[in-house]
Amino acid sequence: MIFPVLRRVAPQLITLFALIVLITLIFPSFLNLSLVDGRLVGPLVDAAKRSAPVALLAVGMTLVIATKGIDLSVGAIIAICGASAAWAVGAGYGLGPALLIALSAGIACGLWNGVLVAIVGIQPFVATLILMTAGRGIAQLITEGRILTFTDPGFAWIGSGTLLGLPVPVWLWFSTAVLMALILRRTALGMLIEAVGINRRASALSGVNARVLLIAVYAVAGFCAALAGLVVTADIRGADANNAGLWLELDAILAVVIGGNSLLGGRFSIAASVIGALIIQTINAGILLAGFPPEYNLVIKAALVVVILVVQSPSLGGHFAFLRTALLSRREARHAPQTEEPKP
Amino acid sequence: MTYKTFLASTAIVALTTGGAFAQVIGFSQIGSESGWRAAETTLTRMEAEERGYDLRFSDAQQRQENQIAAIRSFVAQGVDAILLAPVVETGWDAVLEEAAEAEIPVILLDRMVDSSDDLYLTAVGSDLVHEGAVAGQWLVDTVAGEDCRVAELQGTTGSSPAIDRKTGFEQAIADHDNIEIVRSQTGDFTRSGGKTVMEGFLQAEGGGAGICAVYAHNDDMALGAIQAINEAGLKPGEDILVVSIDAVPDVFLAIANGEANATVELTPNMAGPAFDALEAYWADGTVPPKFIQTESTLYTQADDPQGEYDTRKDLGY
Repeated sequence: MIFPVLRRVAPQLITLFALIVLITLIFPSFLNLSLVDGRLVGPLVDAAKRSAPVALLAVGMTLVIATKGIDLSVGAIIAICGASAAWAVGAGYGLGPALLIALSAGIACGLWNGVLVAIVGIQPFVATLILMTAGRGIAQLITEGRILTFTDPGFAWIGSGTLLGLPVPVWLWFSTAVLMALILRRTALGMLIEAVGINRRASALSGVNARVLLIAVYAVAGFCAALAGLVVTADIRGADANNAGLWLELDAILAVVIGGNSLLGGRFSIAASVIGALIIQTINAGILLAGFPPEYNLVIKAALVVVILVVQSPSLGGHFAFLRTALLSRREARHAPQTEEPKP
Repeated sequence: MTYKTFLASTAIVALTTGGAFAQVIGFSQIGSESGWRAAETTLTRMEAEERGYDLRFSDAQQRQENQIAAIRSFVAQGVDAILLAPVVETGWDAVLEEAAEAEIPVILLDRMVDSSDDLYLTAVGSDLVHEGAVAGQWLVDTVAGEDCRVAELQGTTGSSPAIDRKTGFEQAIADHDNIEIVRSQTGDFTRSGGKTVMEGFLQAEGGGAGICAVYAHNDDMALGAIQAINEAGLKPGEDILVVSIDAVPDVFLAIANGEANATVELTPNMAGPAFDALEAYWADGTVPPKFIQTESTLYTQADDPQGEYDTRKDLGY
């Protein structure tokens, strides 16, 4: 069980390891870990904590992409859920109901996407684009255009608290990923999702209820986005409808792609996507610690992402083999006349 | 032809009976993309009400074509003056000429246009470089010659507030070798950006031991940085000084709690100076200078932060 998974995520793990080594070379104290007041502190722990929003989104996005879909609305769902949670806490509903409201809002958004895709038959890109544009407006209606702050210590704990020595957001993304992977792989669900992604018609004909499955997958993506929204909001103790989760949907898609999942649907690996999210955050942390001027941030990030994707590309293996034989044969060809003709 | 005659006659009627009727002022606002802009709208309405003007408000929802349509409609209504907060710099020539032909004075608020300056009466705005300089001067005065390593949280890379506020601060500390910017990164003007970047700075500078002050290009980033400093086990405002720009209500709470030290106000009351200029113009034709600079007031812990919070909290920030 565990070995096939390891083999599947090996390229991502190696990339992550190489990145950590690279950053440690530039910034030696990157690996520093210390125990302060019973909690682990250090750049690595922070990177794992900061990965939470994208890692959570990546879990849901992996499933959506496995069905040959895409969910552009998750960033806006973060804003909606964060705003509704902050509003509910501020209005005095208490922490439990506030979390419930936020999570239901996320699932409702996901259901909306799912219905548009599976029943109305709109292409996922367009269907989720609707909520991506409208969602931020909905969030602004909830916050009335201001940053809704709150002081509830229980809610803040989700963003900056500690559980068993590790930050709560780390537990959140880790347990979500493990739970989701177990549900999907210990049952036939994962395989059914892959079947729908490879050929929805064929899987429907062979008895898979593709419609319900698609709606469920978008609902899960909405749920994951709601969790991410809680983390983002709790982290700054305020709901910022304009900026919470802005462009995070693209980072989540990138994490899925770095995780080696095909945008054309089919086989998927949640573990690989989550490691992809860790890779993205490690790059961000490295850029921050290295102290380059901010004008270089995006260029460095883009360059590293290109290198990672090119190195992981399966077709590169073929090209590389071809290139090597071509070089070898040329070298041999060059060697032959050189021995005959001495240099002038 | 009749249209123009009509306009001219309404203008004459308006001029001759100036005292008897309420002045009508059209206000084309960009939208409500930030709390600051919402406060600007609120204050403009309040100022207009106080002076007894009839304010016609138009929200352009970030679109220039909406603003152009609004100005055309103001011209058609024959308003007495137009306030314009332009969403972009270019493309205003035609519509400003129409307003000039109708002899309606236009006053720009907060942002500039690239049209010829005889197409508008004046522009009211703040000097972003000066704001940065006020913040820098505060730090120079506060550390009083002691060595200080500064972490800077920049605004969105390439935006004019980020560039100008950086320039102003650097100018203010240029002659003081004891103050040095050791870390500078963009926090995108957001709380989470400020918090994330500050966490990185604290790690990079020995857990915060190497940083004596944070200069944030806006208050939201400073509020994020304050949380990061708290979570690293340090005291913001004491172990690490915090100075920022904008003066939004939440930062006054932080100043009152002793977690932030100073903020430089970017006043949302651009309408006040604009109306003053208009009144002088109407009274005896005094032509105001082409740029009216609003004051960049510095607020510190000594300036009744709780009171400042109370006066600002309902402005719509």
